[in-house]
Amino acid sequence: MPIKSILKLEIERVSILDEHGNYDEKLGAGLIPDADLVKLYEAMSSCRYLDEVAFKLQRSGRMGTYPQNMGQEATSLGAAYVLNKDDWMVTCYRENCGLFWRGVPMESILLHWMGDERGNAMPRPHFATPIAVPIGTQMLHAAGLAWASKYRGEKQIACTFFGDGATSEGDFHEAANFAANLDLPVVFCCQNNFWAISVPGKIQCSAPTVAQRGIAYGMPCIQVDGNDIFACVYAVKAAAHRARTESRPTFIEMVTYRLGDHTTADDARRYRDQAEVDVWKLRDPLLRTRKFLERQKCWDSSKEEVMMKRIEIEVNAAVTRAEEIAAPPITDAFNYTFAELPADLAQQRDSMQTHSLASEATVTSTAASPGAGGH
Amino acid sequence: MSTAAGQGTAAGQGTAAGREIEFRDAVREAMCEEMRRDKRVMLIGEEVAQYNGAYKVSKGMLEEFGARRVIDTPISESGFAGMAIGAAMMGLRPIVEFMSWSFSLVAADPILNNAPKMLYMSGGQFGCPIVFRGNDGAGGQLGSTHSWSIEGLFSNVPGMKMVIPSNPYDAKGLMKTAIRDDDPVFFLESERVLSMKGEVPEGEYLIPFGQARIARAGSDCTIVAFGRMVHLALDAAAELEKQGIFCEILDMRTIRPLDAGAIVRSVKRTGACVVVDQSWSFGSPGSEVAALVHRECFDDLDNYVHRVHSADVPAPYAQQLEQQYLPNARRICEAVRSCLYRA
Ligand SMILES: Cc1ncc(C[n+]2csc(CCOP(=O)(O)OP(=O)(O)O)c2C)c(N)n1
Ligand SMILES: [Mg+2]
Repeated sequence: MPIKSILKLEIERVSILDEHGNYDEKLGAGLIPDADLVKLYEAMSSCRYLDEVAFKLQRSGRMGTYPQNMGQEATSLGAAYVLNKDDWMVTCYRENCGLFWRGVPMESILLHWMGDERGNAMPRPHFATPIAVPIGTQMLHAAGLAWASKYRGEKQIACTFFGDGATSEGDFHEAANFAANLDLPVVFCCQNNFWAISVPGKIQCSAPTVAQRGIAYGMPCIQVDGNDIFACVYAVKAAAHRARTESRPTFIEMVTYRLGDHTTADDARRYRDQAEVDVWKLRDPLLRTRKFLERQKCWDSSKEEVMMKRIEIEVNAAVTRAEEIAAPPITDAFNYTFAELPADLAQQRDSMQTHSLASEATVTSTAASPGAGGH
Repeated sequence: MSTAAGQGTAAGQGTAAGREIEFRDAVREAMCEEMRRDKRVMLIGEEVAQYNGAYKVSKGMLEEFGARRVIDTPISESGFAGMAIGAAMMGLRPIVEFMSWSFSLVAADPILNNAPKMLYMSGGQFGCPIVFRGNDGAGGQLGSTHSWSIEGLFSNVPGMKMVIPSNPYDAKGLMKTAIRDDDPVFFLESERVLSMKGEVPEGEYLIPFGQARIARAGSDCTIVAFGRMVHLALDAAAELEKQGIFCEILDMRTIRPLDAGAIVRSVKRTGACVVVDQSWSFGSPGSEVAALVHRECFDDLDNYVHRVHSADVPAPYAQQLEQQYLPNARRICEAVRSCLYRA
């Protein structure tokens, strides 16, 4: 009997507005009205400016470790633009732009990276989960949120973000398998920025695309230009529709690049070529969006100037607000440990409260030098 | 397991004229020396090669040993820990670096459920000569998920050994012993200690497991500590000396095996015991030491064993909270005074 091929797989790639300014009228039609695109551009610009400010804050000791979003703004923003206010946005740590779009206050994110748990206590309802730094964990939480939404007969879907590196964790594979097997309304957004700190993509995944990892679990997969806000919106829109109407997951590989270091604790020059970075600078999502808006006669340099002034004021005000928040009391460390604090913990809390910080300083400690590290 | 070159109970800082190196350099020297003498030894983990390790412990090792023996992995802790077990069964002696012991939780099944039981389950056929190592403990302001002191949780498991050195000299000698050991060894590098300098002689030496070091001699109270906690205990002891209280500090070096003899001998001399342990108090090395002392030194004690642990909550992210959460010299002083009825 002849050997037959029983499966041929294909992965589509979507690009609507490329780095040269080529725009696909058909795919782009009705996707993002110009007025909205202006707002999206402003959102990206604001996030970019925050990156600069946060970097300086970190270098001057006013901020712990901070992961810049620079270059990847369009991915989470494109998703946030599409999602309903009550859909879950289940992120890792490089999705500021999308979170801000959904109304998460800038000072919450700042507070978090300044080293304060309360940064994650975002004003509700935001339907955003705490920033997840342990790689991979959040994807399963997204599948669980979607599972519960389905169980309760609600229309909420879950959209989760993770890096290319995170697809090497078992959590990713288990989340993808569950989402597909249980028909869960999840959108998996993989931000493939080619690097996991110093480890290049080929060490994480030998297949030519990350997208095909989703195929293995039986869900629709697509690759998009992640620096193209149109393409990101296009893909998430289709995926969200599928999730909402068919309760099916989708895997979207968003091809992007982090223009900055992994975090402020990293120096990317040590492991990647400037030539590579330079190529990606030309593919910057902000650049092409601005040029497009200029062509549409929706933007010009005076508008840019006005916007930048406003952003400076807004971002700096957020920094001030974050810095003005007094350090948390030690009672905070206890009060959220249990729904109801057990008596022995209450006792521990009260005894620690009686020691002021000043008394900690009475015995000098050679080994107690504090300082934020991080990866 | 090879035996030591007899430096076991020395002050642990080498000779006066010795060179000073950082803790991380001492760990690397041990790994490099062992990799030179034994081709079966390799280093595997996230960012260990190209990046020199998240904490720069493996600096330069890729250049010396090449990508075949210093191996960058995908972000798959469970994956490379499990692979190391297979490799060890095939006769290799992998050193597995976790960027942080906090991330070893992803690999709980291979490191707790497989490696320490392989010999047992194969009826003595397959051992697991693996060193699992990485940064451990809070103090780096990394938030609760990245600040585990895993000694509390993991030392509970039979079949593995656990090393927590406090200084560069011990780190080197203990790492060499760990690599030559035929059982899985959990090697914990205390947060905040990696940059600490200390004298380390050029020549080869090994430090056997299960031999505590007297970090400071004293007659009034025995303080049992390990890893970074030894330094906090030393700070406290210096303060207490001003008040006429002389503490003896035992640096345990290894939690498993635990040098019970050294503890008992010291407590029989001092009649008082305080344990300092960074992990949470419930079911911890600290509670084990307390149980041991209460059993073996019951008639020698004037007070129950006092214990200083981290607060019984997740490690706080905020800097001041994290400092209050951790054991510190003040709390050790209080515990000693209370133990001696001199509060
Ligand atoms: C379980 C776990 N292992 C390792 C780390 C250390 N770590 C933090 S970020 C990172 C790289 C992540 O790469 P990727 O998933 O591609 O995300 P990117 O930062 O590139 O967006 C690593 C290894 C961690 N935080 N959690
Ligand atoms: Mg990446």
